[in-house]
Amino acid sequence: MKVLVAVKRVVDYNVKVRVKADNSGVDLANVKMSMNPFCEIAVEEAVRLKEKGVASEIVVVTIGPNTAQEQLRTALALGADRAILVESFEELNSLAVAKLLKAVVDKEQPQLVILGKQAIDSDNNQTGQMLGALTGYAQGTFASKVEVAGDKVNVTREIDGGLQTVALNLPAIVTTDLRLNEPRYASLPNIMKAKKKPLDVVTPDALGVSTASTVKTLKVEAPAARQAGIKVKSVAELVEKLKNEAKVI
Amino acid sequence: MAILVIAEHTNAALAAATLNTVAAAAKIGGDIHVLVAGANAAAAAEAAAKIAGVAKVLVADNAAYAHQLPENVAPLIALLVKEQGDKGYSHILAAATSNGKNILPRVAALLDVDQISEIIAVESADTFKRPIYAGNAIATVQSSASVKVITVRSTGFDSVAAEGGSAAVEAVSGSADAGKSAFVGEELAKSDRPELTAAKIVVSGGRGMQNGDNFKLLYSLADKLGAGVGASRAAVDAGFVPNDMQVGQTGKIVAPQLYIAVGISGAIQHLAGMKDSKVIVAINKDEEAPIFQVADYGLVADLFEAVPELEGVV
Repeated sequence: MKVLVAVKRVVDYNVKVRVKADNSGVDLANVKMSMNPFCEIAVEEAVRLKEKGVASEIVVVTIGPNTAQEQLRTALALGADRAILVESFEELNSLAVAKLLKAVVDKEQPQLVILGKQAIDSDNNQTGQMLGALTGYAQGTFASKVEVAGDKVNVTREIDGGLQTVALNLPAIVTTDLRLNEPRYASLPNIMKAKKKPLDVVTPDALGVSTASTVKTLKVEAPAARQAGIKVKSVAELVEKLKNEAKVI
Repeated sequence: MAILVIAEHTNAALAAATLNTVAAAAKIGGDIHVLVAGANAAAAAEAAAKIAGVAKVLVADNAAYAHQLPENVAPLIALLVKEQGDKGYSHILAAATSNGKNILPRVAALLDVDQISEIIAVESADTFKRPIYAGNAIATVQSSASVKVITVRSTGFDSVAAEGGSAAVEAVSGSADAGKSAFVGEELAKSDRPELTAAKIVVSGGRGMQNGDNFKLLYSLADKLGAGVGASRAAVDAGFVPNDMQVGQTGKIVAPQLYIAVGISGAIQHLAGMKDSKVIVAINKDEEAPIFQVADYGLVADLFEAVPELEGVV
């Protein structure tokens, strides 16, 4: 079966971001960008499904500026077969992204779509679920185990109190949680080979999707800083402070 | 104008996060209706009717909603909103729990509106604050959507009283099982300690605990303090403890009165889950650990000596 994986280019998770002085957003100039960690897990899962003989083709898609081709090449080096860039220079909300992905799903007709559970920049956790609604497919969010069996996929999900397993009819949408797998690294020969794999570029207009949004960001601020704390010398002093100064125990 | 709050419940009981979500709804202003979608959920509905400030409780009792499968519950919510038309619900709110996050974006897309995730403050009926970039920035966002679909971070709002209300309970008919998904089973972690997101005190361990057995030190301290026990992602990934104990951007968000971080370095990912705690204590033998930058009280010491000593004194 064909698997579609959506990936996003985001600021690297190790970078401590700074809010711009004019409060218009965070400063992303000259900051290291990478594939969103949850998307790496999604690519890895698709590659493992192919290695098991379950998946026959892996198509990776991203929506973003031209520079997002880097992340597509990374996914190709990890084992995806071909890539699609939906070129858009605006910052899109999840609903617009889901609509664009729906158009790609309509065209590609995958049996399984794998996304990360959330992007570490917007922290929305929406796109996979929205794509589920738009396509009418079942959704297995926060997956820590994915097993394809016939025309169904069993997904074990991380929920607040533990784990839950659901059986979804294919085609279905799966969003990855951290413990689904440990992504591999791309080898140098594979990085070289990835440069020759096909990468198509399309525009939202060509897909017939409007990316207008009903939500706008008025300002972005730094969070309130915590007051500098003190170092105590002993457990006795710590307990004394907690009891008499902070009054929390 | 009315606000529809999606109840978080286990059919038999209402989850505490519902009370924080109602608090957020009260800040927006308007009649508050609570939807309890479940199977044999009379007890949860009764509890919802007693919440202070709730005007009406809608109960959709159907086997299809037993496990809150989004393929079944999301169309029900979308239908309730559409039936009311223009004079109906202006806002739909759910707690940002794994359940709320699973269902609500599906509802938003069915209604063709954007969703606002994990709000921590209500500025006005259409303007909200929410953290982005793992809590390293706070965005103020405004929505012009006809129906504002929002998930609420529980730690951002003080819960309303669970008693004192006397809302009317009304049954609503739902749609049938969509037939796209089925519940197979679940495996819930058993714990007698307070629930992590609701605990007044949280004791968390990280990679410095070295193994799962050593977490007994924390359990023992937690029991003495009446605290919940959490963990960093490093401790979960190393297999010391189950993943539902994880505190952080990708785990649970907590804001207790007292957070004690033991053997946790304080990575950005972890801080995103706990830096709104009132008082933070760090016990770490590395005095350069970033956790000391957010800790109100830091103790540079070997945790294997400090934790038993601490338990002895409190």
